[in-house]
Amino acid sequence: MTWTKNVLRVNLTTGACSPEPLRMDWAQQYLGQRGLATKYFTAEVDPKVDPLAPENKLIFATGPLTGTPAATGGRYAVITKGPLTGAIACSNSGGYFGAELKFAGWDMVIFEGRSSRPVYLLIEDGEARLLDASHLWGKTVWETEETIKKHHQDPQIRVASIGRAGENGVLFAAVVNDLHRAAGRSGVGAVMGAKNLKAVAVRGTRADAYHAADPDAFAKAVEEGKKILAANGVTGQGLPAYGTQVLMNIINEVGALPTRNGQDIQFESARAISGEAMHEKRPTDGKPNLVTNGACFGCVIGCGRISRIDPDHFSVKGKPNYQIASGGVEYEAAWALGAAAGVSDLDALTYGNFVCNEDGMDPISLGSTIGAAMELYQLGLIPKEEAGMELPFGSAEAVVKLVELTAKGEGFGRLIGLGSLRLCSKYGRPDLSMSAKGQEFPAYDGRGLQGMALNYATSNRGGCHVRGYMVSPEVLGIPVKLDGGATEGKAAMLKAFQDLTAVVDSAGICLFTTFAWGAPEIQAQVQAACEGDWSVDKLLLLGERVWNLEREFNLAAGFTGKDDTLPPRLLKEPARSGPQKGRVAELGKMLPEYYQVRGWTPEGVPTPETRTRLGL
Amino acid sequence: MQRSLRIDPNKCTGCLQCEMACAYENYKTYNIARSRIKVIPFEHEGRKVPYTCTQCSEAWCMHACPVEAIVLDPATGAKIVREDVCVGCKVCTIACPFGTVNYVAELGKVQKCDLCGGDPACAKACPTGAITFVDADWTGLGKMRDWAGRTDTNPATV
Repeated sequence: MTWTKNVLRVNLTTGACSPEPLRMDWAQQYLGQRGLATKYFTAEVDPKVDPLAPENKLIFATGPLTGTPAATGGRYAVITKGPLTGAIACSNSGGYFGAELKFAGWDMVIFEGRSSRPVYLLIEDGEARLLDASHLWGKTVWETEETIKKHHQDPQIRVASIGRAGENGVLFAAVVNDLHRAAGRSGVGAVMGAKNLKAVAVRGTRADAYHAADPDAFAKAVEEGKKILAANGVTGQGLPAYGTQVLMNIINEVGALPTRNGQDIQFESARAISGEAMHEKRPTDGKPNLVTNGACFGCVIGCGRISRIDPDHFSVKGKPNYQIASGGVEYEAAWALGAAAGVSDLDALTYGNFVCNEDGMDPISLGSTIGAAMELYQLGLIPKEEAGMELPFGSAEAVVKLVELTAKGEGFGRLIGLGSLRLCSKYGRPDLSMSAKGQEFPAYDGRGLQGMALNYATSNRGGCHVRGYMVSPEVLGIPVKLDGGATEGKAAMLKAFQDLTAVVDSAGICLFTTFAWGAPEIQAQVQAACEGDWSVDKLLLLGERVWNLEREFNLAAGFTGKDDTLPPRLLKEPARSGPQKGRVAELGKMLPEYYQVRGWTPEGVPTPETRTRLGL
Repeated sequence: MQRSLRIDPNKCTGCLQCEMACAYENYKTYNIARSRIKVIPFEHEGRKVPYTCTQCSEAWCMHACPVEAIVLDPATGAKIVREDVCVGCKVCTIACPFGTVNYVAELGKVQKCDLCGGDPACAKACPTGAITFVDADWTGLGKMRDWAGRTDTNPATV
């Protein structure tokens, strides 16, 4: 079976690193990664815990398909209670780090307590040690990774670390691995920083850590899965060519691109920051922004963008360390640093994205918070003197400056680092935070796509697109085409998406496979890899169980059904243009039905029958 | 007809399916630490380059081996390590100019690409065509085709 059956528990307070056997009874109920780590987390942590206190825990978890040839089988997730939201946080990432952890022989690492001084964890197969990181504190992710590899004379070490944002308590700080892959959302990096844990460095050389339960059947299922991905228009063509940025023009046309902090839902300059634009030669230096596409471990899609900024662009002029090929903008980042702030300078957004990778920040929350600051400035609520600069919508200079200040924890960047809800509350306008449960929602406007509105309102980690990606049915027609403006049938479809996504995450593969794969393709691979009987029904029930477990943690943390809501702008201000002109997000029509299909009370609490059915 | 691995780094995305396939073919593990082909990242250039043994005709490793543990497989042209003969002295790892023969501490032997007996797993696993297994005498044909395509043979467009 493809679990290593080993968990590493690291007590940062005492410095003890202790192995323990994986709870295989839980693995049968929660599979791995998101699901299994959430089970561990909720069993061990008080839901009322202060996210930045030593009593909060931080789990790095892989799934049974992580570190296998299953297409996209390289994912790991970081699970904790998020400081941005106060809700369960689970951010997953690709790159190579997750697979390396499995190669070293670990399914999961659980961090508890708080170190008295900066440390990093070095895992070399079965050996784990906490090492002094005082020389790394204050360093960026990029410097940290390079320093650790050099120090141990091993370029094959994989590193996941925080930059200055995580050290400085930026509430949307990310954990970044392999230079530009990130467990990006909900501030998991700030929890790591609060624990004085700078990095996790792993080298795994064990050939015997795990094997597929049925290797031949696994090879066959994996091969079949790859063929389906290659033949699919989205995973075989659109994503490799344009990355997720294939969406910029599409979402703008359907009228669901939140612009200038959601004042508009179409951006007049969307084309200039689109995936297509990344391919075009710049007039300034005659070279395109995009250098090549890139893949994470085991991924046959290759949606990653590797970009280079014009060396004469104002953001990088005279700064050779940014005049490199590095992780370019994906759709959400391009929207957040672009449309949300009304900015159309592709190279400026790319620079902002580089800095997010370099210092470990979530570009979605960062860009959305900058957009909110710009609206507060527009309203005269943030004076120029207080911001230390002018903050008009459309200013690439302001975005670049604020990204830098936030990364370093300087000046007005300290307020940006609190996220949009705290920023807008400080200036008396919490309604201008485009967030749900305190987390900024991403690049799809709930007025244009009603299913996404319901998804934002109900997501267990706050505003988020990758918990129930209703864009698939509402825009792309996967698995069936639903009218984005309609509310009918959205509740049941969203539940199906949320539950399947929980399965995908728990398996350790990438959500993007589901543009081409359904539950049967995933089932065939899990079945061959894992011991036991894994039917589609069992997996979907497992996904639902994970969803409800997260929900119950949030309820115990103090959230109620009243928090399943959206900013007044989405609920009351009609869309100004586009096919959904005049529409608002009709949450009231969908939410009661959603509670019903979930088997929850009208207050949004799982009923005793639902709990029994799910074995909670 | 002999075949050679042909590597086109421009097509490599860095997914490491080749490394997993190699490790699995030879050691029945997915751990890429056991792979005989490595994808070398040049992060700041945005390049990933798969690299392995090119099966030199006058192979330095083969000539350097004091116990004749590295031999030619006449069917494939591969220089293969006879594990039962190898004494793990590592002289071949010093002799090879390209670094593509390496020691495996766990086994006490060296290892290198043996072309999987004529059906390389890495080439089969590569999803982008960055690694192919082609006529050994015509590894340049793909490049010739690319350049030929740039030749203007239509006078009307001049």
